[in-house]
Amino acid sequence: MGRRAPLPCASGIYLKYIKGLAMSSTFDQVATIIAETCDIPRDTITPESHAIDDLGIDSLDFLDIAFAIDKAFGIKLPLEKWTQEVNDGKATTEQYFVLKNLSARIDELVAAKGASA
Amino acid sequence: MHLEYFKLIDRIVDLNVAERTIVVDAQVPKENTIFEGHFPGHPIMPGVLLIEAMAQASGWLLIAMNKFERMPFLAAVKEAKMRSFVSPGDLLKVEAGIVHEGSGFAMTSAKVSVGGELRCNATITFGVVAFPHPDLRKHMDAEAKRIGFPLQAVAND
Repeated sequence: MGRRAPLPCASGIYLKYIKGLAMSSTFDQVATIIAETCDIPRDTITPESHAIDDLGIDSLDFLDIAFAIDKAFGIKLPLEKWTQEVNDGKATTEQYFVLKNLSARIDELVAAKGASA
Repeated sequence: MHLEYFKLIDRIVDLNVAERTIVVDAQVPKENTIFEGHFPGHPIMPGVLLIEAMAQASGWLLIAMNKFERMPFLAAVKEAKMRSFVSPGDLLKVEAGIVHEGSGFAMTSAKVSVGGELRCNATITFGVVAFPHPDLRKHMDAEAKRIGFPLQAVAND
């Protein structure tokens, strides 16, 4: 028997796939939720998109997104706290509503929930 | 039901904060100017008022869950279905339960039945905020008394 050819999964594609699952699965889920909830084409939603400024989602529509995120991740997005921080000038909307940041906040909430369970 | 004052709910029949459910009675008046216009020869309770009745029942549940510290305001109505007519003199049983309690908002599922028959249902979203005026808080206390709000339901949990 000759030397076995490398399996396709040993290629960079596989590594990229694994990395993608670990790094951006939260974003992917959030983007899918936003696309389905607000009828926004999925391919226009990127990690850099600002939910309010770029995607035009208003606060009422965001409640539907928050509902779907809360359910999907088993958390409660602290929208009131975030709003207060933005109103008080202690935070910017970018910290919470740019989707890569929102995804990071979700990961933190999921981790905090796991730690306290 | 005092339609002129937009008071749709007459009595809380059951309030279960642990289960996050409420059942209320609402007696549709036999006569009202609304029925003169809606409609001549075929008086029926307007669908928007049935939605309001479901919203008010849901609202009392949310007030109970927030121990009278926050006020729910109607924000969105989804999947509202008027399944059959509600007539003057009908006794409505309005039931509501929590679908989701978020940060500063809540969603309920509510339905109206008459004599055990489903007449309408909806999913309703509320913004839940601090009372914007002390008079409103006082008003809700008085309303709670009027509709037999069981204060013990929020006292000891």
